[in-house]
Amino acid sequence: MVKKEMIAMLLAGGQGSRLGILTSKMAKPAVAFGGKYRIIDFPLSNCINSGVDTVGVLTQYQPLRLNTHIGIGIPWDLDRNIGGVTVLPPYEKVENTEWYTGTANAILQNIAYMESYNPDYVLILSGDHIYKMDYEVMLDFHKKNNADVTIAVMPVPWEEANRFGIMVTDENRRIVEFQEKPAKPASNLASMGIYIFTWKKLKEALLANKDQPNLDFGMHVIPYCREKDYPLYAYEFNGYWKDVGTLNSYWQANMELVDLVPEFNLYEEYWKIYTNSRATPPQYLSPESEIEKSIVAGGCEIYGKIYNSVIGCGVKIGKNTVIRDSIIMDDVEIGEDCILNKAIVAERAKIGDRVELGVFEEAENETNPNIYNSGICTIGEDSIIPDDVKIGKNVCIGGETTAEDYAGGILPSGKTLIKAGE
Amino acid sequence: MKAIGIILAGGKNHGLGPLSEKRAVGAMPVAGSYRAIDFCLSNMANSKVQKVGVFTQYNSGSLNSHLSSSKWWDFGRKQGGLFVFTPSITADNGFWYRGTADSIYQNLDFLKSSHEPYVIIASADCVYKLDYNKVLDYHIEKKADITVVCKDMPKGTNLERYGTVKMNEECRIEGFEEKPLVAKSNTISCGIYIVRRHQLIDMVEKAAKEERYDFVRDILIRYKDMKHIYGYKIKDYWSNIGTVEDYYRTNMDFLKPETRDYFFKQLPEVYSKVADLPPAKFNTGARVKNSLVASGCIINGTVENSVVFREAYIGNNCVIKNSIILNDVYIGDNSHIENCIVESRGTMRAGSEYIGDDGIRVVVERNDRYIL
Repeated sequence: MVKKEMIAMLLAGGQGSRLGILTSKMAKPAVAFGGKYRIIDFPLSNCINSGVDTVGVLTQYQPLRLNTHIGIGIPWDLDRNIGGVTVLPPYEKVENTEWYTGTANAILQNIAYMESYNPDYVLILSGDHIYKMDYEVMLDFHKKNNADVTIAVMPVPWEEANRFGIMVTDENRRIVEFQEKPAKPASNLASMGIYIFTWKKLKEALLANKDQPNLDFGMHVIPYCREKDYPLYAYEFNGYWKDVGTLNSYWQANMELVDLVPEFNLYEEYWKIYTNSRATPPQYLSPESEIEKSIVAGGCEIYGKIYNSVIGCGVKIGKNTVIRDSIIMDDVEIGEDCILNKAIVAERAKIGDRVELGVFEEAENETNPNIYNSGICTIGEDSIIPDDVKIGKNVCIGGETTAEDYAGGILPSGKTLIKAGE
Repeated sequence: MKAIGIILAGGKNHGLGPLSEKRAVGAMPVAGSYRAIDFCLSNMANSKVQKVGVFTQYNSGSLNSHLSSSKWWDFGRKQGGLFVFTPSITADNGFWYRGTADSIYQNLDFLKSSHEPYVIIASADCVYKLDYNKVLDYHIEKKADITVVCKDMPKGTNLERYGTVKMNEECRIEGFEEKPLVAKSNTISCGIYIVRRHQLIDMVEKAAKEERYDFVRDILIRYKDMKHIYGYKIKDYWSNIGTVEDYYRTNMDFLKPETRDYFFKQLPEVYSKVADLPPAKFNTGARVKNSLVASGCIINGTVENSVVFREAYIGNNCVIKNSIILNDVYIGDNSHIENCIVESRGTMRAGSEYIGDDGIRVVVERNDRYIL
């Protein structure tokens, strides 16, 4: 009989709407990060580096990019005879066909998948954090404590604790209380959304709550386990862990990679991060190019000047163009004599000549002030920006724009310009 | 595809000097992130050849580790695939490969057990793109026994280490000289051949019986008047990396936009083993001009007119000019390197100075790393 000690279930179905136009055509875990990676590469690499070789990836929102990225799991060595990676979308049933209505509901709908591997433990992960973590150490902690549920936690500043799910523990790290976004937190240990369940107990808890609408781990399953007095333990993690859920945190996490010795170091031999990378040629830097404090992925052709930026694969940057504090994703083409300040340009966008991004005084975004609020100028994938335009801050542009869309060659700060069309 | 492929990658190459001490020429790093054999293997894959044998002998370990999985070139198939043949002792043979024809003879079962009517023979030390289907169509149209891929070299090229051919107006090869001191023609053989499989088996068996072991001398030249041997001329980029000078020049060719465009932007792609390296990192103080930099590098100093391969570390205030820095080289602060090829995994202490005054200097440095 097939037997796996621990399998992982990776929740990758969420939209991540606070990333704005970056997630308009792909789920958040598929968003590019750090030049050549995608966010999901981090938990997937953690799995294989921790010896977890069976991973179910639950997809729902815009899964095409995720599906092509994961394939049969070759980049992560997750192409296995037994186990490996399996993409699990919602499916039709004889009765009660439904979408994944919550994190735990998605797991509930895939009990058959987990059962088929006969696991002792199930690791629940989410596909939207940047970190390196050895899940095997966490499993040892789980076993040592005879826990039924172990929740990975990390200390957060006390003043921010009210934004998280907070675990109050006794001196043995056993969880005595669970507070969801408490006004007066009794602890600063925040849940990282990483759980190890003893499989029998997980199944019990899921089936007991199966009629709960929008079944969620933080809202329903963990409180249920607490009520039933299952042994719940908190596993403290002190390494680098970054939620990249907002445009600003996404931008900042990318910018941290260009530090001299980044806190999150991709250059260590130990604990490599794998990704579905093309066999790209080296990048070319022309005689007139300048580059400092930046990381650049394979196959780029750089004729301009780049400072403090993260550049993806196959990017072309024209002569005299100056790029600062920006994130440029795969296969973007930027013309000559452009100036980009604090911009995020998504995949395959084409920017004409003499374009300026991120100019003018900052202004509140007219359509989504809660998303585009950190001065970043965001250009969606496959967008086209014509020659000779000036574009402000907190701007979002998507689709094929033409000179007519820019009155007087200007798009002021705070505007949203989305052109529909195929 | 109606042909199987054979890649000859076994010979020791003297022209590369110290660079060939630890690797076969097919495993030479080329153009920042490739190995020489990638070009030939990619051509095979892109021509839809399903079954390829690579014959290795000299320093075969270097190639074996590069070819450890066939999936990067899409040869991980149930039908056909990638086979690596190193000499082995059998009941009726105890020799190393005594020559190119002998290497085919010793693996004759590979040919006999295939069913494709033709064989493409190529070598692992050339950088080019070629659709072998076009050569095969030509071969069939000419009713040739053997087709040799040829190229006109510019006048004045030193042809001492090539085989030169003389063709008549129908492209039949009438003269073939191996490594001539004074060449009668500036058309050279690129070392790529197409032969009917049964024909090849016959010729190789006959040569072995006569204790002849070299494909060019004992088959091509000996049979040239008896069999129909035709030349197929290519006009696109083709370069052999068999000497230090040619190796240097081939790498430097990739600094030209047209060469990069031809190999990297135009389809089909060139494939290589994926190395899972992070993007190259340029720290404050980096000054990079007209250079290629591969993934995993960390650059702190000045790099000009150079090719820097994967995972190289260039320290503060270094000046690297007109040089090739191979994989995983560590160059300490304040070093000065000009007109050099720095052997892979080398470690240079801070303040090193290497300058190739007349010609290209090959630098092999073996200091301990991390305790500098």
